[in-house]
Amino acid sequence: MNTLTAKNTDTLMEPRAIRKTKPESAISIKNLNVHAGSHHILNNINLEIPKNKVTVLLGPSGCGKTTLLKSLNKLTDLYKELDVSGSVFIGKDDILNSNHNIPALRQKMGLLSQKPYPLPVSIFKNVAYGLKLKGVKDKKLIAYNVEQKLKEVGLWEEVKDRLHSSADSLSIGQQQRLCLARGLAVKPQIILADEPTSALDPVSSKIIEERFRELKKYYTIVIVTHILRQAQRLADNVVFMHYGKIIEQGTPEAVLKNPQSSQLKEYLVDGF
Amino acid sequence: MQKRKTIEERVFRILTGVACYSLIGILGYIIFIIFNKGFSSLTLDMVTKLPSGGYYYGGEGGVLNAIVGSLYIAGGATLIAIILGVPAALYINSHLIRYKRTQNTVRYILDSLWGVPSIVYGAFGFTLMIWLGMSASLLAGIITVAFLITPIVIRSFDEALSTIPIGLQEAALSLGSTKSQTAFKVLLKQGFSGLVTAILLAFGRAIGDAASVLFTAGYTDLIPTNLDEPAATLPLSIFFQLSSPIPAVRERAYAAAAILTIIILIISISARYFAKHYSKENIK
Repeated sequence: MNTLTAKNTDTLMEPRAIRKTKPESAISIKNLNVHAGSHHILNNINLEIPKNKVTVLLGPSGCGKTTLLKSLNKLTDLYKELDVSGSVFIGKDDILNSNHNIPALRQKMGLLSQKPYPLPVSIFKNVAYGLKLKGVKDKKLIAYNVEQKLKEVGLWEEVKDRLHSSADSLSIGQQQRLCLARGLAVKPQIILADEPTSALDPVSSKIIEERFRELKKYYTIVIVTHILRQAQRLADNVVFMHYGKIIEQGTPEAVLKNPQSSQLKEYLVDGF
Repeated sequence: MQKRKTIEERVFRILTGVACYSLIGILGYIIFIIFNKGFSSLTLDMVTKLPSGGYYYGGEGGVLNAIVGSLYIAGGATLIAIILGVPAALYINSHLIRYKRTQNTVRYILDSLWGVPSIVYGAFGFTLMIWLGMSASLLAGIITVAFLITPIVIRSFDEALSTIPIGLQEAALSLGSTKSQTAFKVLLKQGFSGLVTAILLAFGRAIGDAASVLFTAGYTDLIPTNLDEPAATLPLSIFFQLSSPIPAVRERAYAAAAILTIIILIISISARYFAKHYSKENIK
């Protein structure tokens, strides 16, 4: 907190106030451990992800960021070599230890991966896919939602005349926005994004970042990124990971401007 | 040094080129022989008429019985192979995706089944037929050939499915699909052209195989009207005619071989067209 200067002394009281009224968590991770054989990928992770904020997971390659993200919506299921223990609470539901309806829990979280993976159907059907899974049958309602979500990600104007062409005809930046719209259409509470701009050109990256800044009003966002400037621009909360452990976390000012650990200091020197 | 590299490059280009084009040349030569020898016998009668009484001694008629019989058997067996094979291949690539060892074991077993000679399937089908109290019939032929080609459908469709990036499955799952929904709505669609190739391969094997139908489907000069009647097939028709001492009958064997080749060609071209049309939304 020593980044606060004298000119805004009033705000000195603020952290204490925040500490008193603990921010509401959207995701609560308790004692999460992930092993792959003898390799301890995630080492006793305890983390509260605040609601309607952007949490950025930062760290060198192979530090477990992506695995952490995949644990959040149980995509670790696809990999038998991953031995997952601990709890991930989404509200009251522990997604890792329950026999809850996993597809329904996953619908609470939109996923944006490193590279866009549009479904092998038309642009329209890509966005409608999740709605149909939810059981929405009303065609007008589906069409309305598709339009709204495409507008939300700034893609509508570019695709409104070719909604029924293949999603493969879009540029990679457009595909990534389509994937975002598709995820938003199922009305998630949380957006999980794994280096969402790493495969994109600078213009598309900027658009995606802008969308995230708007979306955080309504959604809890967790982003994995390598780009420190992006972390600075987007984050409300930065989590720095190193070899499967959380080393530091806090506001971007506190973590990025005033690193405490040697690992983070080294990472910041190399990164900027 | 540079010169040596250039010579090396040239030698390799010639060697690989020769390997490639000589194979194409051999294929062309086979087709040429078949059409050349069978051309004079390749009449309309050949494809529209059943063999008459003295057909195998040079009398009138055609091989319509074998054409229809072959289409019935290959079609029926391919249908069964699709019904069994498509869900199996999807299962390997969706539900089994986290069980790599089981996945590999299943693949190994299917590969072994693929490699089993068709006469073994014929013998197995024959045993099964006796055990069930059936006689040589269309149904027995279809079932035996289905055994022969189901591993082909599964493994070649599986090969296509395994190239689909796991990210696509993750995307579908994260939208709330179950594994089965992901398999049938996403994997099947994305792998469809691979499925068509798999079906083609299987159909080609089914329609061209003689050993598996030798004991099980029997042979007849009539078109079967029922599943429990015997059925003629083109490969056996070729075999019987080719072993004749009469040159005119041997010529007809080549004509029958040409017909078999043409059927496979027609199915191959139309299926590829269909696959291309259906997979136009696929992600490349």
